[in-house]
Amino acid sequence: MTTAVLTKRDERIGQRSFLKQALGRPEVGSLVGALALFIFFALVADAFLEPASLATVLYGASTIGIMAVGVSLLMIGGEFDLSTGVAVISSALSASLFSWYFATNVWVGVVLALVVSLGIGFINGWIFIKTKLPSFIVTLAMFLMLTGLNLALTRLIGGSVASPSISTLDGFDSAKLIFASSVNVAGVNVRIVVFIWLAMVAVATWILVRTKVGNWIFAVGGDANAARAVGVPVNATKIGLFMGVGFCGWVLGMHNLFAFDRVQSGEGIGNEFLYIIAAVIGGCLLTGGYGSAIGGAIGAFIFGMANKGIVYAQWNPDWFKFFLGLMLLLATIINIVVKRRAESSK
Amino acid sequence: MKTRTLEKDETPAGGDAHLLELDGVGKHYGNISALADVTMAVDNGRVTCVLGDNGAGKSTLIKIIAGLHQHDEGTLKVMGAVRKLGSPRDALDAGIAAVYQDLAVVSLMPIWRNFFLGSEITTGFGPFRRLNVEKMKEITKKELADMGIDLRDVDQPIGQLSGGERQCVAIARAVHFGAKVLILDEPTAALGVKQSGVVLKYILQARDRGLGVIFITHNPHHAYPVGDRFLLLKRGRPLGYYEKNEVTLDEITGMMAGGAELEELAHELSSMGGHDEQEREVEAELAATKGKRART
Repeated sequence: MTTAVLTKRDERIGQRSFLKQALGRPEVGSLVGALALFIFFALVADAFLEPASLATVLYGASTIGIMAVGVSLLMIGGEFDLSTGVAVISSALSASLFSWYFATNVWVGVVLALVVSLGIGFINGWIFIKTKLPSFIVTLAMFLMLTGLNLALTRLIGGSVASPSISTLDGFDSAKLIFASSVNVAGVNVRIVVFIWLAMVAVATWILVRTKVGNWIFAVGGDANAARAVGVPVNATKIGLFMGVGFCGWVLGMHNLFAFDRVQSGEGIGNEFLYIIAAVIGGCLLTGGYGSAIGGAIGAFIFGMANKGIVYAQWNPDWFKFFLGLMLLLATIINIVVKRRAESSK
Repeated sequence: MKTRTLEKDETPAGGDAHLLELDGVGKHYGNISALADVTMAVDNGRVTCVLGDNGAGKSTLIKIIAGLHQHDEGTLKVMGAVRKLGSPRDALDAGIAAVYQDLAVVSLMPIWRNFFLGSEITTGFGPFRRLNVEKMKEITKKELADMGIDLRDVDQPIGQLSGGERQCVAIARAVHFGAKVLILDEPTAALGVKQSGVVLKYILQARDRGLGVIFITHNPHHAYPVGDRFLLLKRGRPLGYYEKNEVTLDEITGMMAGGAELEELAHELSSMGGHDEQEREVEAELAATKGKRART
């Protein structure tokens, strides 16, 4: 019976086992790592498996993961953004300072922040396309400029290093409900950003594997010249990716703002690397053309687990960065092996 | 191959214009003239070969035809209408598709995604517009089977295919998307003898499907068996433009090698008292081309 089925199939397909096929997926390395880490912390920290702890881990993962969505897509498209960490704060600051200064409904500020965030992404992409400089340099410059602007404008407008409180303004409660409330799931309070994060991962995954634009993202990252030659709008795709990162920055910025009611203008520095690390651990190739949004999410989850797990295990959190570095190294090595395998001719 | 005779159609009758026609086309980059005075024609079911050594202007020529660069001298006619192709998209819309030396494929992407890159088939409406994956895979498989390539799995990264197979995917893609003129830029340059033969076979298949093929190569042994017309370029200038019955393989080889230059090279080598073996080789080749040319 089996032979009858086998003869129908191409005899050469049979040689690719399920395991080998699964190993070809970009996120598989990070998934194995995530499982290992999960089991590890479940064994060493009793509190780790409690629902409330898991909710906290997920929350920690979501604050990195939301940005990792945009950063992963951008990395698959072959580019970097180093300005993401401070751009999140810029977005939050522009919403709060504008609403406070003009005493408007905070939703006006929220919309303005969206325009600012998309604008930062657009400017990053536009300068990158026009100057043909590496995105590393362009966004590094943007990082420095935004860092300065955040501090200087906040002091100039609000008179302090933190933005003034906006909790008394109209619309604050409804905005807090959308961006920073908690949802009760079977008796456990789960922060709403966790759901926003998961929704964003789902949408990004759908865009990436099931739409034209997704095809273009892979193509511009894999080989921009080849993509251009077959008629893919390379410049528009890349600018769009930078703006997508901007959008993610807006979502996280709004959460940061409404989780409290003020923003520290000096925050965010260094976070851009966490987002990139999440994407890389999740299997996105630094050189572009390969990766997945789910991988970025798993990378962020690993980050959340390591971050909170160390606390639950009652270790010194000093160890955290060491583990993060080690995981990054291992993940990149796995990625290189995968890429060589995919590109090798028979 | 030599049994295939040419029905001459120098000037198609009536309003029947050439598929593609270049008249005195030239291109400058700054004050450097990269190409000048190129006149050639491409017709349905004919293979026009462009031959030349490195730096002869072949790349510039195809970039003009494929819309990557714009000519600044002469006229380019597509089906009788004077055109200037502003972008690769422009050229594609006019039915001109180029298969580049580097193939314009993204090696990490699956074969079917490469096949439809830039011209994806979608289904659904508005925000739910999505790729019709099944249909695209099916078409990819069928088109490749029509070219005589039986692929294991169109989901594998195209980088895993051999050079010849990749070349054929690129050709099949151009044919599927309604190319009337197919430009092949050095398709055999990086291939072994057997793979080159396979690609030459696909060139003839594309021709027999009624396409006008522009075959760019520096190898007359590849060009002559499949070509109907031959344009020889040297340093950006045309060296000659022949129908197949006006020229022999040896003549083309001789012109490309440049008889006079070979002689000079032989002289130089001997005066340097240099490597005897190489010197003999050059002399032997020189004698061969001379002899053959005298015979014809």
